[in-house]
Amino acid sequence: MSEIVPPEVRPKPAVPAKPSHVGPSSTGIPSALGSQGSGVGGHGSGGGSALLGYIGIDTIIEQMRKKTMKTGFDFNIMVVGSSGLGKSTLVNTLFKSQVSRKSSGWSRDEKIPKTVEIKAVSHVIEEGGVKMKLTVIDTPGFGDQINNENCWEPISKYINEQYEKFLKEEVNIARKKRIPDTRVHCCLYFICPTGHSLRQLDTEFMKHLSRVVNIIPVIAKSDTLTVEEKNEFKQKVRKELEISGIEFYPQKEFDEDLEDKSDNDKIREAMPFAVVGSDKEYQVNGKRVLGRKTPWGVVEVENPNHCEFAQLRDFLIRSHLQDLKEVTHNIHYETYRAKRLNDNGGLHPISSATPSDTQESNL
Amino acid sequence: MSQAEKLKQGQFTNPETPGYVGFANLPNQVHRKSVKKGFEFTLMVVGESGLGKSTLINSLFLTDLYPERIIPGAAEKIERTVQIEASTVEIEERGVKLRLTVVDTPGYGDAINSQDCFSTIIAYIDDQFERYLHDESGLNRRHIVDNRVHCCFYFISPLGHGLKPLDVQFMKAIHNKVNVVPVIAKADTLTLRERERLKRRILDEIDEHGIKIYHLPDAESDEDEDFKEQTRILKASIPFAVVGSNQQIEAKGKKVRGRLYPWGVVEVENPEHNDFLKLRTMLITHMQDLQEVTQDLHYENFRSERLKRGGRLSSHGYILPLSPAYVPVFLILPKNVELRFQSALFACAKYKLALMN
Repeated sequence: MSEIVPPEVRPKPAVPAKPSHVGPSSTGIPSALGSQGSGVGGHGSGGGSALLGYIGIDTIIEQMRKKTMKTGFDFNIMVVGSSGLGKSTLVNTLFKSQVSRKSSGWSRDEKIPKTVEIKAVSHVIEEGGVKMKLTVIDTPGFGDQINNENCWEPISKYINEQYEKFLKEEVNIARKKRIPDTRVHCCLYFICPTGHSLRQLDTEFMKHLSRVVNIIPVIAKSDTLTVEEKNEFKQKVRKELEISGIEFYPQKEFDEDLEDKSDNDKIREAMPFAVVGSDKEYQVNGKRVLGRKTPWGVVEVENPNHCEFAQLRDFLIRSHLQDLKEVTHNIHYETYRAKRLNDNGGLHPISSATPSDTQESNL
Repeated sequence: MSQAEKLKQGQFTNPETPGYVGFANLPNQVHRKSVKKGFEFTLMVVGESGLGKSTLINSLFLTDLYPERIIPGAAEKIERTVQIEASTVEIEERGVKLRLTVVDTPGYGDAINSQDCFSTIIAYIDDQFERYLHDESGLNRRHIVDNRVHCCFYFISPLGHGLKPLDVQFMKAIHNKVNVVPVIAKADTLTLRERERLKRRILDEIDEHGIKIYHLPDAESDEDEDFKEQTRILKASIPFAVVGSNQQIEAKGKKVRGRLYPWGVVEVENPEHNDFLKLRTMLITHMQDLQEVTQDLHYENFRSERLKRGGRLSSHGYILPLSPAYVPVFLILPKNVELRFQSALFACAKYKLALMN
């Protein structure tokens, strides 16, 4: 198995992490101007000279937004965890639509797969004029066997295959205008809420994959833990992750500036988020809420006192969606690319459509 | 009431009924002797870590069997294999003594490769049978200690969609050696509908794989209606979905054992919340039956297999011949054959009495 051995210090690639200009269209949308939305003098070429009148440079934000809305986004999220941890329900709850088919019970004909399968399903969802092509990559069979050794290998292989696909497109001489991005931007890892500690399988998986993809651990079905148990469990999990040297997203080493660092620190303190998912609505105090109805009360999914779903959603979708894509492109992908290029001493000549053309790679 | 007092009250002679002998009093004598002797019961709990096994045992017997427990982290668990830890506690209630041994199996199902995590457990069960067989065949049979496992609670995770491959394999490996009672752990994770669905799935899968779990005996026709109803309810609720807790929570003005969540309180002893009471009732009212089935079925199976295999059993010079056909029956008599004899006698007498009335 090829292990990507990162150098001691992850090198900041030549391309700045937050490009201040429209980069190659493969990333989809550059974030900087879009998210920061500050006016002139934000980054780069400003130089700080005073302007004598209004020019209109800040309308570039509006232009970019229009362009973004036209091209749309790609987002690929992978969910990993033993069966029955509520992965599909959570993804459906996150994106408020039936994007993931629930395997609510293996029927007699569908046995638990003997090896881990990778199933990618895409949907286009739209909100406020913005279209998103969301791909949910499910991994049925993970952790379900008696012998789960190396069950992360098919997953690792899949992730590297996507990088390879992208790399091949990128080194092509005649490149596509917009390279389809199937790389896994985010991997939600579901931790079983035992209340004791992480399982061996959890640490092994995360150790092998945290250098290859952004891993966001979540505590699944957290309505099984009382408030004290939840806090204790979180502390234990964080300590174990630290001891094993597992860096989950947002990784400390990629924090750009102080503002980022303090934001991300707060998030890191609260992770892993203890979530509950549901697609059913119930009436509570006159409002319709998403939740789970039990004889002793209704667990409200979006109530921050009940579980941390709202926090996870805000973090994942409302504030860090673009950052996930960028870290994947600028760091994980670049690491893969560097290793590939070093290993083979340059890539083989790539022929796109006609094998008769001997195209040289542009390296 | 002692025998003397009973004599005085004339309970042994009843001139109204000719032919009344009085051995209808046998059960009382047996009862008194057993109470003096005390009961022994060995319960084994098997399941992955974090399913609440220890909490449930503590809740069932209202005691703290594991006072100084250190739960190892994932890194420390790597080198561990399945251990067997037996803790014994003597419980006494209204003069009846129970010597309860709980056999815990930490490490079960924890490793990435759980291929042979149950060989240790099976070896333990067989070992207890072997010891009993050895004691039974020995010369001095006065103080045979019965450490055979009478019942095994198998904890099923509520998070899956039914039985996992490991569950199926393990239950198939031990269902001929011990009474298996499947229990759905941490049942407060499930809504009522999910619980019903899970129970049905588990029962279907148990059928499909031919796993023999412990079946409650039907109530006899002469028992009262309440007991029959109770047995019906118990039978319909298998596998039991339980929640364990020893914390006292204030709910609706009274103190109950339960778990406090921001959205409500799960009461351990509320039959609408979970099946804890049913599990406890089943265990208590069928403790005797569990022991009997262990003795009559599992132990006898083991014994016949073992004797067929042959070899020396007793170290007192009793060389048992290899073929069981030659073994004189009176040499190896199970200890409670007398009890069975007595109960058979009693049944006859009852029948006789019924005929006369």
